[in-house]
Formats: sequence, C-alpha cells, structure tokens
Amino acid sequence: MTFSAIPLISPPFLMGNNLNAWSEALAGLTISWFPLGLVIIAAIPLVFIALYALTYGVYGERKISAFMQDRLGPMEVGKWGILQTLADILKLLQKEDIVPTAADKFLFVIGPGILFVGSFLAFAVLPFGPAFIGADLNVGLFYAIGIVALEVVGILAAGWGSNNKWSLYGAVRSVAQIVSYEIPAAIALLCGAMMAGTLSMQQISVLQSGPYGFAHFFLFQSPIAWLPFLIYFIASLAETNRAPFDIPEAESELVAGYFTEYSGMKFAVIFLAEYGSMFMVSAIISIVFLGGWNSPLPNIGALALYDWTTGPVWGAFWIVSKGFFFIFVQMWLRWTLPRLRVDQLMYLCWKVLTPFAFVAFVLTAIWEIYVP
Amino acid sequence: MQELGMAEQGSIRVSRKDNNVVVIEKDLATEEMVLSMGPQHPSTHGVLKLECLTDGEVVTSAEPYLGYLHRCFEKHCEMVDYPGIVPYTDRMDYLAGMNNEWAYCIAVEKLLDIEIPRRVEFIRVIVSELNRIASHLVAIGTYAIDLGAFTPFLFCFRDREHILSLLEWASGARMLYNYIWIGGVAFDLPADFIKRVSEFVDYFRPKAVELCKLLTENEIFVKRTKGIGIMPPDVAINYGWSGPMLRGSGVQWDLRRNDPYSVYPELDFKVPVPDGRFSDIGDCLSRHIVRALEMEESLSIIEQCISKMPGSEGFNPRSAVPKRVRPKAGEVYGRAENPRGELGFYIQSDGKSTRPLRCKARSSCFVNLSAMKDLSRGQLIPDLVAIIGSIDIVLGEVDR
Repeated sequence: MTFSAIPLISPPFLMGNNLNAWSEALAGLTISWFPLGLVIIAAIPLVFIALYALTYGVYGERKISAFMQDRLGPMEVGKWGILQTLADILKLLQKEDIVPTAADKFLFVIGPGILFVGSFLAFAVLPFGPAFIGADLNVGLFYAIGIVALEVVGILAAGWGSNNKWSLYGAVRSVAQIVSYEIPAAIALLCGAMMAGTLSMQQISVLQSGPYGFAHFFLFQSPIAWLPFLIYFIASLAETNRAPFDIPEAESELVAGYFTEYSGMKFAVIFLAEYGSMFMVSAIISIVFLGGWNSPLPNIGALALYDWTTGPVWGAFWIVSKGFFFIFVQMWLRWTLPRLRVDQLMYLCWKVLTPFAFVAFVLTAIWEIYVP
Repeated sequence: MQELGMAEQGSIRVSRKDNNVVVIEKDLATEEMVLSMGPQHPSTHGVLKLECLTDGEVVTSAEPYLGYLHRCFEKHCEMVDYPGIVPYTDRMDYLAGMNNEWAYCIAVEKLLDIEIPRRVEFIRVIVSELNRIASHLVAIGTYAIDLGAFTPFLFCFRDREHILSLLEWASGARMLYNYIWIGGVAFDLPADFIKRVSEFVDYFRPKAVELCKLLTENEIFVKRTKGIGIMPPDVAINYGWSGPMLRGSGVQWDLRRNDPYSVYPELDFKVPVPDGRFSDIGDCLSRHIVRALEMEESLSIIEQCISKMPGSEGFNPRSAVPKRVRPKAGEVYGRAENPRGELGFYIQSDGKSTRPLRCKARSSCFVNLSAMKDLSRGQLIPDLVAIIGSIDIVLGEVDR
C-alpha cells in the first residue's frame, strides 16, 4: 500500500489514510502473543451476520416490504419498531414445543437442525477481508456449492417427518427445485472459477483487487461475465426458495410448504436458516463476480479512493454491504413479482438457464484461452 | 389438438382439447391421493372445502363442499318483516353490501309497486357502483395474493379504504350498511359527499392504471393465468354463470344493460368483454381483465351520476318508504347486477303477513362455483388455486 501520494491533498479526518492507518494498526495489535486486533476484526462481520440473521433480516424485510406497499411496517416495539424481531423471538421461545402425534419424531426434530447447519456451514469459507476467513480451503467454492445441498436433506426430513400432505408436497417440490437449480448455479460459478483459475474463495477475492476498484471485478473483466452473473443470481433465488421461486412454501397453495406443522423455536430456526442462506448466496455472488472484500472505488489520480478504502475493517464493510445489497434486491423482487408455477420453474431451469449456463461456460473458456 | 393449460409432470402429460376435454396421458400408473383443500386453507377465500383427487401435482377431480358458513338466511327471512331482512342481505356478500340490499329492495319494490324518487335512484347507483369498485378491488387483490404477488393486494386495500370511508360517511357502517331501504335510502348523502366522490374518482383513475402495470401486464401473472381454466361461452351459459365470469367467456351479458333497472338506461357505459388479443377468451386472465375494466366503467358511471343527479332541495330520502310493508298476495323475482353476477331474490307473499312466506336468494357465486368440478379436472394444484381465485367467491353468499 502506498501512502506517498496522499500528503498532496489533505483528506478530512476519518476518511482516507487516517482510518486506513487505524485499521492497519488494529490488525497488528497484539497483547504479548495474543492477536487481539485480528480477533476484533474477525468479530465485526460475525456480529453483523448474527445481528442480521437473528433480527435485522426479518426486520429489514418487513420494513422494505412496508415501504413498497405504502405501509409503515412494525412501529410499536422500540423506536421505529427496531426491537420487533427480538420481541418475536422472545415470543417464539416461550411457545410450547409441539411435535404432532402422527409425525416421525426423529425426522421432525432433526429437519430444522440440518437446515440450520447446512445454511451456516458455508460461512466457513466466506472471506470477510484479506486477513479473515474461517477456513481457506483450496476447494472453497466447491465446498460452498456442495454444502448448500445439505439443506435438501433437512427440507425432505422436515416435510416427510411432518406427516402432512401439504408438507410433503412442499418438500418434494423443494427438493426437485434445489437439485435442479444447482446445475446452472454451479456452472455459472465455474465460469468465475475459470476466470480466477482457482477454487479458493480467498484467492478469487485477491485476484480481483487492484487500484482501479470495480474495473478489476470479474463482472467487468470479460464481456460475457454478466451472463453467468445473471444466471447465478436467478438460480440462487431458486436455491434459497425466494420469490418468484418460493414454490416450496407457496403460502396460497401449500399453506406453508414443508414447515406447515412447525411452530415455536423450530419454526424460528427454519426462518433463521432461510435468512442465513439468503446472505450466504449474496456473499458468494459478491465474492465470485463483484470482488468480495475489495473496494469498488477506483484510484483517480491523486484521489486514491481505492487505497483509502482498503484494509481489514473496510474489507468486512465491503463484503457485508455487497451482501446486503443483493439481499435488498431479493426482497425487492419478492415484493414485486407473482410466483411461477412448478412446471414453469422447471422449464426455466432446464430449458433456459442450463443451456445458457453452458454457453456462458464455453464462451468464458474461449475468452480465457484466447484473450490475454 | 390445442395444448392449453399444458402441464408436464414426469410421465404424466395433461393437455386440453378445444372442446374443453382434458386428456391425461400416463405411462406409469400411480396411486391417487385424496387431498383435502380447506376449509382452513389460505386460498379458498373463507371456508370452502375442495376434496381433490391428486396424481402427483395433477388434480384429477375436485369436488367443492359447501355449508361451513350456512346461517339460515332464507329461514330467517320468514321470521322477520320485510325491512328487517335488509341487514341480513348485507351479510350475504359482505364485500358488496350495497348491491345486495339493492337487489332485495328491487324485488320488494316490484311486489309493492311503488315509485322511487329520482334522487334516491342516483344515490343508489353511486353507492352501489362505489361498492362494486371496492368489491372488484378485493377480488383483484386476493387474486394477486393467490398467485403469490403480495404488493398489489395491499395497493388494492389501500384504495378500497377510501371507498369504505366514503360509504361509512354516508351510512355509518363500513361493510354492513343497511343504507338502501325499501322505497328509499336511510339518509341523504352528506353535504360534501359528491365533492369527495369526484375527488376519489380523480385519485383512483391513475391508481387503476398503476395496478394494471403492476399486475395485469406482469409476464409471470400472464403466464400463470392465460389459457388456464377455460370456460367456453355455451358451457358457461348452461351452467347459469353470470357477471364477470360470463363476460370473461365472451358473452356480453350485463343486467344493467340487458334487463335495465333504476336509472341505468340513462347512463352511458360499456360492457367490457375480452377480445381474445391479450387473453384466451374464457380463461382466468379474461375474467381478471373484465373486472379491471369494469372498475373503469364504474368510475365513469359515477361521474355521469354526479352530473345528472337532482339537487337535495326539499328532498326526503324516506318519502317513499312505506310505514308498514304488507304486500298483496303474490310472488316476484327481482334481480340486479352484483359485482359477482346476477343476484336475484324470489319472494312470495301471502297478502296477510308483514313477513314473506318464502324468500329465496339466487346467489351468483354459488352458481358460478358449481362449474368448479368441470374447470378443475386435470389442472395442476397451482392452477386450481388460480381458478378458484378467478371465480371470486364470497362464502357468505355461497352458503348464505
């Protein structure tokens, strides 16, 4: 990192190299042998995610939908209703833990657990900054794609174990949908992996850093990258059962889909898993196509915006805000579009997205081989 | 063979011939499952129960079971006097109370043979057309929610709220008005009511266009409704369909035009029917479009009424209201165009009593719902939801 150009102009305090230096210093802070600074930096995204997943995902969804619909949304608990979700969780905690008598108790109980674990396991390979990643696997991307598939098991266990026809419908639809959409999603991500030449999430992010900010992102590195980007975004909506692909939990057809019979804390766990995987796919798309923790701001001459906004804390900030942006887009779509039908969903997957994903794959390969 | 409402589900192929015969081809026989949809189900619009036989996602037959909301309307009518029945009619189709009251009053007024003041007729047209818009807003909004779009529903309810406030101002109640009385109306319109109604008309016109852009022109919405649940016009007439359902099948039949009552002959309005360019005639999308266009027509009817309405000088809304309703012996059938179709009341009087000997209501959605079994055969479960939504039932009127 170069600081030589900065003294030419004097940026205001807490913008530019001041914050940069501060975050660098924090990263280097150690008390005897204990890397306290790194732990603090690592805690920042985790706190964000925990806050988001536990409360502000649901709150944000309710507020965003309210603003789109000329309503106020939750307003009563706390200022602007910000404590609403906490109140809801407290309420859910107090609920009786009901297992229907006719249900398969083991599957019914284990289902939400598998879902929850499946959606949060992928967080291990998400890099939240140059210094922080849970596990920098050399097959990180592959692991992330694979671990999402674990959710299918949880959904099927929940739907089958409930011993309810609507739950079974929801579970079967969901499994068909997630398994089908994994193909275009995986191929689209492979395009990103091809451009990087590695499957390690941290490496993919590192390869997208450079002084011109967003110009180094894979989305802008090749003229065809928008195609896998779009395909993965659509497929990720289907993988997380979000509208317009929320067919497994279509409330007007299947009551509530695979979690019809769930109540209390098990219901809350399913909900947390859903919001967790929403963030997860948003983070993956940001890492593979939009540079992950890299700052999108370019260096313009002496105005070294990129240098000023790069660092461990900034990294966490960028990836969290990119993730939140995609979550916002997901919510936006959910509150605008009607729901597709099952056969239309499968048509879209097998006859539109998958062929186009292959086309994108071949084109990316050609681009990578013949264009330096 | 024209493939309409096509569904491919593994080894099962469902297709539809031109004459509305559903063909289910199966390579592999599987066991059919009985799926009980309702009475507690989000998309049955109340307490309708559909007992479906399903083969995977394909519904091979769906039988509606009624009566969960049966409140003995017709028996009650034999127990109360004629004006006392008016509030009960509100509770039949609770989304269009004004129109129900009016249909009942038309029947009794025919039996009594009384002359209605001209201003009363205009007031009745205004309030019932407002109520028609409110009712269609609910129909469109809940149809959107059946298909998974939540926002149009709330937009519809936001606009409906304005109508309900207007009607509350006129009658004192938001849904169960008891406003239209035999021979008159309960109260004259409040002083600035007409001004506020024209403000609402100006406000609502762009909102209706916005709703069309958001929902009717939405690609996914069109995909979900076009070609689904097609009802040919001859079958629709044989089933006794009426209202937007029949017009959706391309039959230009509107009681306001074909059997005119009140001041409708003086008013200029179109009877919208689908022309087959945007939708297949008789499908769910046609019925939705008919409702959307009817709201516009209602707005223009209201505007015309405002300009033609006589002033309120020396007007007594109850001048023609009989003190004691005791019709001469006889029977009568009075009908009016409800938002859901033809609502008719058959009343028999013995000439001695102040209570009807018999009062039978011909409910439009009950008749429309009777085609459910035919419409649902061979559809997918999501399409079944789309079809029920397009019928726009109000269980209060189906079960009475």
